[in-house]
Amino acid sequence: MAYIRRDIHIARTPAEVWGFLGEPARLHEWFPISGCRVEGTKRWIDLPTGITFEEDIHLVDNHQRRFVYSIVNNMLIKDHFGILDVVDDGHGHSIVTYSTQCTPNVLALVTAGAAGQGLAKAKRILEGGN
Amino acid sequence: MGRRILFITTDQQRFDALGCNGGTVARTPVIDSLARDGINYTRAHPQNVVCMPSRSTMVTGQHVATHGVWMNGVALPEDAPSIALTLRQAGYRTALVGKAHFEPLLDPFLRFAENRMGRDGTHSEMFTMPDGSVVPHRGFDHMEFAGHGAAGNLHYVGWLRSEHPEVMGKFVPNLDGDLEVTTEPGGDTMAPQVRTTNDVPRGWYHTEWVADRTIAWLDSMGQDDDWFCWMSFPDPHHPWDPPQSELHRVDWRDLDLPAGYIADHEEREKVLASKPAHWMGWYDGSFVSNYEAPLKWVPATLQPDQVREINAMVHVKNELIDEAVGRVLASLRARGWDDDVDIVFTTDHGEMQGDFGLLFKGPYHVDSLMRLPLIWRPAKSAGIAPATVTAPVGHVSLAATFASIAGLPRPDYTEAPALPVNDDDARERGFERVLTEWDSVLFGKEVGVRTIFRDNWTCSAMLPGTLHDGTEGELYDHANDPLQRVNRWDDPSVRSLRDDMLADMWDHLPSVVSPRRTCDAPV
Repeated sequence: MAYIRRDIHIARTPAEVWGFLGEPARLHEWFPISGCRVEGTKRWIDLPTGITFEEDIHLVDNHQRRFVYSIVNNMLIKDHFGILDVVDDGHGHSIVTYSTQCTPNVLALVTAGAAGQGLAKAKRILEGGN
Repeated sequence: MGRRILFITTDQQRFDALGCNGGTVARTPVIDSLARDGINYTRAHPQNVVCMPSRSTMVTGQHVATHGVWMNGVALPEDAPSIALTLRQAGYRTALVGKAHFEPLLDPFLRFAENRMGRDGTHSEMFTMPDGSVVPHRGFDHMEFAGHGAAGNLHYVGWLRSEHPEVMGKFVPNLDGDLEVTTEPGGDTMAPQVRTTNDVPRGWYHTEWVADRTIAWLDSMGQDDDWFCWMSFPDPHHPWDPPQSELHRVDWRDLDLPAGYIADHEEREKVLASKPAHWMGWYDGSFVSNYEAPLKWVPATLQPDQVREINAMVHVKNELIDEAVGRVLASLRARGWDDDVDIVFTTDHGEMQGDFGLLFKGPYHVDSLMRLPLIWRPAKSAGIAPATVTAPVGHVSLAATFASIAGLPRPDYTEAPALPVNDDDARERGFERVLTEWDSVLFGKEVGVRTIFRDNWTCSAMLPGTLHDGTEGELYDHANDPLQRVNRWDDPSVRSLRDDMLADMWDHLPSVVSPRRTCDAPV
């Protein structure tokens, strides 16, 4: 099991940031995937390589601004747990952290790398860039 | 019309692989002839001993600290300087055929252009630079990729899948079911990553494909075009699975053990114990610091016959490369270009290949991994005399060399001048030292090494990390200890030499780019 974290500062209020990142069906707007679909506590994400990942959504906590999920029923990923947190930086803006634990280890790197790119894109979108 | 440039690289090839450098097994007459007619550098080092950082130095002309690709899995930024772009802006047509690896290969999200192009079968992807200019990826008009077999998103794999799907399973898979570097045993000796049953026809093997695609691109050039072509062979890198039809070339039973292999295990372990702790940690399987060293294989289990069989496979691969280079050079002659083409041949890093009882690569700054073949056969029209250069040089000089060949000033972004054309030139232009960096952080295991080669000594300082407190190091006297078995780091008689080399190294290493870029894949 490997544990990786990515974080980013976004100059928007936690409510604004959570309003975007905390919506599971909007993942494809910022994460490097080609599409996603949500049905209840299930989400399916489509990777550009044509692979689809099935996910269980464990928690969408609008009070703590925490999203918790797992990739499940996957031939490659034997165990996975991911957490997205949006917290106040003490000055009214946001720190977003994405943490993942994964087996095989190497896919933690790959997933966190994608999350890092996604968070950078979310920052550009929310701060008014392209 | 200027001088064209054919830049040939291999992957993980030792200095002693070639006949011109003392190799006695693989027949490499074509590359040997380049050395005979050109400049053979006998002390060329990479600036890092794994693929991505080393190749990033080649294309940027920068040390690792500057281009920031500090380990495999860290992508070279799309807007990084590129000698290919500089040449293209000067009117050159540009291509890279074969292994690029400026970006991670394990990429299910297709975040990286190399994988997108390979999967889509396209040969360029446009990118908007910070200054607003729109240029092809890394400045190459044409990119066509191959890796170490039949896995991944690269063009060669797509070609195999489309044209010869029946051989897809013949190669050793690079990764196992846990996505770790495979340890799959095979051959006569059950050596790791050896397969003697790959009956892929030679013409479909990636070495041949790279030569074929290079020739095809060269054929598309106009007679008067200036061009820069990087032909990049994935071999002789593991897995060791060359076409079965070629194995007759070298019988492993006929091979001597390499000079660097220490047959007596007590002596071997004594030598390893005299080096910083990560050496013995890799040997006994207790500390696997980097993804390039298979997690589930323990070097202490390596048997002499396995070393012989692996070396035989490498020699076969090296012969195939030499013959493929010969085909490409014949195509140049057929076009009448031979007098106006500069050819530069090198590799990205070496391979332990049995030295010290080890295989593969990692934070081990000894000749096995650092001393590389580097040959520059200038165009005959340049009038540069053949020479052997013994002064230390590095890949960091390649970009400036290519600019020089094209008649361009040294690009501002490069950190070293063009290669010297002989030892007098080296002396006059201050080629006294060459530097190599290593950093790795893999799932909590951190190793950092900084190395200088100067005056025929190698001095390496360990940075504070998981096993090291920053006081350890290595110091080797190549004149009296060419196999680097006697670590003199703690020898008081050479303390002042050690301190002088370290001071020189720290004076000449650039500052590390900050913040450090994230590692987004294992390789």
